[in-house]
Amino acid sequence: MTIHQFAPSRRAFLAGAGLVIGVALAPRVFAATSSLNGVPADAQGQQYPFQAFVRIAPDDTVTVLAKHIEMGQGPYTGLATIVAEELDADWSQMRAAAAPADDDVYKNLAFGIQGTGGSTSIANSYEQLRKAGATARAMLVAAAAEEWGVPAAEITVSAGRISHAASGKTSGFGALAAKAATMTPPAEPVLKDPRDFVLIGKDRPKLDTVAKSTGKAIFTLDIHADDMLIATVAHPDRFGATVASVDDTAAKAVPGVVDVKVVPQGVAVYADNTFAALKGRAALKIDWDLSKAEQRSSEKIAEDYRSLFAKDGFKAADKGDVEAAFKGDGVTRIEADMLFPFLAHAPMEPLDAVLVRREDGSIDSYNGAQFPGQDKQAISEVLGVDQSQIRINMQLAGGSFGRRAQFGSPYMREAAEVFKASGMARPVKHMWTREDDIRGGFYRPLYVHRIRGAIDKAGEIVAWDHVIAGQSIMKKLELDESSVEGASDMPYAIPNLRVFGYNTEVGVPALWWRSVGHTHTGFAVETFLDELLQKAGKDAVEGRIALLKDQNRHLGVLKKVAEMADWGGPVPEGRQRGVAVHKSFNTYVAEIAEVSVDELGAPKVHKVWCAVDCGVALNPNVIKAQLEGGVGYGLGAILFDQVELGEGGKIIQSNFHDYRSLRINEMPHVEVAIIPSTEAPTGVGEPGVPPIGPAVANAWRQLTGAPVRRLPLVNIAVS
Amino acid sequence: MVTFTLNGEERRFDGDPETPLLWVIRDFEKLTGTKYGCGVAQCGACTVHLDGMTRRSCVTPISMVEGSEVVTIEGIQGAEAEAVQKAWVAIDVPQCGYCQSGQIMSAVALLQTTPKPTDADIDGAMAGNICRCATYQRIRQAIHDAADTMEG
Ligand code: FES
Ligand code: FES
Repeated sequence: MTIHQFAPSRRAFLAGAGLVIGVALAPRVFAATSSLNGVPADAQGQQYPFQAFVRIAPDDTVTVLAKHIEMGQGPYTGLATIVAEELDADWSQMRAAAAPADDDVYKNLAFGIQGTGGSTSIANSYEQLRKAGATARAMLVAAAAEEWGVPAAEITVSAGRISHAASGKTSGFGALAAKAATMTPPAEPVLKDPRDFVLIGKDRPKLDTVAKSTGKAIFTLDIHADDMLIATVAHPDRFGATVASVDDTAAKAVPGVVDVKVVPQGVAVYADNTFAALKGRAALKIDWDLSKAEQRSSEKIAEDYRSLFAKDGFKAADKGDVEAAFKGDGVTRIEADMLFPFLAHAPMEPLDAVLVRREDGSIDSYNGAQFPGQDKQAISEVLGVDQSQIRINMQLAGGSFGRRAQFGSPYMREAAEVFKASGMARPVKHMWTREDDIRGGFYRPLYVHRIRGAIDKAGEIVAWDHVIAGQSIMKKLELDESSVEGASDMPYAIPNLRVFGYNTEVGVPALWWRSVGHTHTGFAVETFLDELLQKAGKDAVEGRIALLKDQNRHLGVLKKVAEMADWGGPVPEGRQRGVAVHKSFNTYVAEIAEVSVDELGAPKVHKVWCAVDCGVALNPNVIKAQLEGGVGYGLGAILFDQVELGEGGKIIQSNFHDYRSLRINEMPHVEVAIIPSTEAPTGVGEPGVPPIGPAVANAWRQLTGAPVRRLPLVNIAVS
Repeated sequence: MVTFTLNGEERRFDGDPETPLLWVIRDFEKLTGTKYGCGVAQCGACTVHLDGMTRRSCVTPISMVEGSEVVTIEGIQGAEAEAVQKAWVAIDVPQCGYCQSGQIMSAVALLQTTPKPTDADIDGAMAGNICRCATYQRIRQAIHDAADTMEG
C-alpha cells in the first residue's frame, strides 16, 4: 500500500493537503501554516506584534488574531475588517488567525472569559479592535516619522501605504514593522469618524472562502498526528446510564483495534484507523446500569411539567392586574398549551478533539470550541496537568449553533478521559459519530408553555398571562432569564402582563441552541399574539404596529418587511402569509413567510422576506448570509426536528434520516434588507432564527385554520 | 488488495476490504477535503466522483472500488470545476465550510451532465447534500452563475 510517509517525529503534524502545523508555541512566534490557523502560509519571516491582536510581517501582510472561533458566522472576516479600517490597510493584505487560548488577554468583554456565543463576537470586539487597529497605525506612523525625520502629523496612511507628501517618502507596512513594533503605543488612540469609514459597511470577500471552496480548510477532524489512535466511545441509549459490564472480546478481535477501556462516559475503543474503531465499537457487548438513568418518556416529562403550573413559579414579569382584566365585562379569552421538543444542534462536523502529550509532559489539544479556557481547565482537571502546560490550538469548527459552548466542557472532559485511559503514549483523536451527536444530549431543552389572553369589548388585547416550564440552561435555582427572555420583555403595549418561569429537573443535559430562549418564547409570543389579533379582527401587521407604540427599531423592521413583501397585496393562489417580529441579542428582525400545503399535507415555504436592524452593518454580505442561514436552520427545526425519549427513556432519533435537516429543495428564497443605522453593531448569528417559526406557523393557521401548538410541524401535518 | 486510481494516481489498499472509501481517502491517503458527516449516505459531505459519477464514499466499501477512478475535491479539474469554484468564491457561499467539498463535488457532476440546470435539476442533484448552515440559496445561485459563465 502506498501512503504518505511522515517525518517520524511527533512534532510533525500533517493536516489536509500537506500543511504542517508546528507545535512550538513560543509567545508571539507562530509556525507557518494555513491562513486559517496561526499565521498565513504566505506571510514571510518574522511577525511583529502590535499588542495582542495585530501582527505585521515584512511582506506587508497584517494578521488579526481572532479571539473568537470561526464556525461559519464570519468573525474572522469581521474582526479583520474592524482592524483594517482603523489601520487604513488594504483589504488584500489582511489575514486572520486564531488567537491562543487566554481567558484574560482574549476575554469576551461581554462574558469575562474567552468565549464565542450570544452573537457577541462583533459587538464586544468593535471598540477593542478599532483601538487595536488605530494603535498599530499610530505606531507605524511614529516609526515612519522617526525614520524619515518628519513630523508625525504630516504623515498619512491610506490603503496600506504610509506617505509623507512634502518629502515624497512612502512605504508599505512591512518595511517599518520591526521598528514600529518597538514604538510606545498611544495611551488613547484616535478613532475615525464613522463617516470616514472606507471598509466598514461595504461588501468584501470573506477571508476563508477560498480555502473552504477547495477542500483546503482544516477542521479538527482533519488533524493527523504520527502514530495517532482514533477513539470512539460507546454511549448508553438512556441519559445517566453507566457501564455495568462489558464484553470486549469481539471488539478486540477486529483488525486495527488496539485497546478497549471503560471511561466514565461509556466504553472507549482505540484503533489505528477510523473504520476499525467504528467496527470495534459495534462489536462491543455492554450491559448498562440504569439505576441512575432518566427513564421517563418525553410525553411523561411534558405531563410532569404541566402539573407544575398548579404551584407558584418564579416571577419574570407582573404588570397591571391580570386577574382583574380577565374578569372584565364582555372579555373574550383564549388559552393555549404549547410544547417544544428537545432539539439537537447537529453541527455538520460532529464533536472531536486531538490530544497529544509532548516529551516534556505538556499537552497539546487541537479542537474547535467556543470556550477554550474551559477546555483547558477540563483537560487540566482530568489529566492532572497544570494549565500552564496545556496549549489549546484552536481549529475552525464545522458549525456549532451553541453545541461547542459548554461551561465545564463536558465533551473535552470525555476526550481527556479517553486520552488518559489510553495511557497517553500515542496521540488520540477522539471523534463522535453523527449518532453520538444526535443522541448525545446537551439539547435545547423541552419546554411547555401555557398562555391565556384576553381581548376587551373594543377589540384591544388587555391581558396576557404566560407560564413557561423547562430546564434552566444556566442551572439556576431561581428564575432563569434564558427561559423567559423574549416573553417577559415583550415589546407590545399590553396593559396587564404576567410571565412566570418554572425550573424543572430532568436527567437530560441541557444547552443553549441557536438563539437560546428565543427559540421557543419568540414562537409562543408571536403565534399567540397573531391569534389574538385575528380574534380581535385586526390585521397582523397593522395590529402589531399599533401595539409597538414607540418601539422604533421593532417598528422599523416590521414596516420594512411589510413593504418588501407588499403585505396586503395579492398572494398567489393556494398560499398564505404569516409575519413575526422579534428582538434577540439586541438585533431586531421581522420576517414574512409565504406558505402553501404540499401534496403530503405538509407546509411548503416558498418565500421569506426578512428585515434586520443590527446597528452599523459591518459587512452587509455576511449579515445577509447569516439571516439566510438562520432562516434555513430555524425552518428545518420547526418543520422536522425533535429528539424524543420513548418508553423507558430510550432516545429514539439517531441520524439525519430521523433527525431531518432542511434540504435545498425545501429552502425558500430569502430576501434580506438591512436597516441603515449608526447604532453600535450587534450580532447576526442567532437573531434570524426566532421569527421564522412563528411566521410559518401563522401562515399555516391562515391556510388550515389550525393553530400550531406543538413542534415540529410535520407531526401536525401527518396527524 | 484493491487497486484504484485516486486523483489520477494509482493506489493500492491492502487493509480490511469492508473499509469505506471515505476512511481510505481520509485515514490512509491523508486527503481530508472529503468529510464525514453521517456515515449512512444521508448528508453528502463525503461525496466523491467514482468513474465520473457522484458517490457517497461513506457507504462505498473499498472492495467495490477495484479498478475505478476516484476523484476528490483535491483532484477535480476541468471547465465545470473551475466555473463552480469561481462562482462559489464570488458570492461567498461557505459559512462553516464543512459541507462544501461535498456540495462542490455534486455541483460539478451536475454541470457535467446538465450544462444549463433548472431549479428542479438543482433540487434533484443537490438534495442529498445537507448544509446545516443552510447556505442553499447561495449554492443554487452559484450553480446558475457557473452555468452562465460556461455558456458565455
Ligand atoms: S458522510 Fe457520507 S453521506 Fe454523510
Ligand atoms: S457551510 Fe456549514 S454545513 Fe454547509
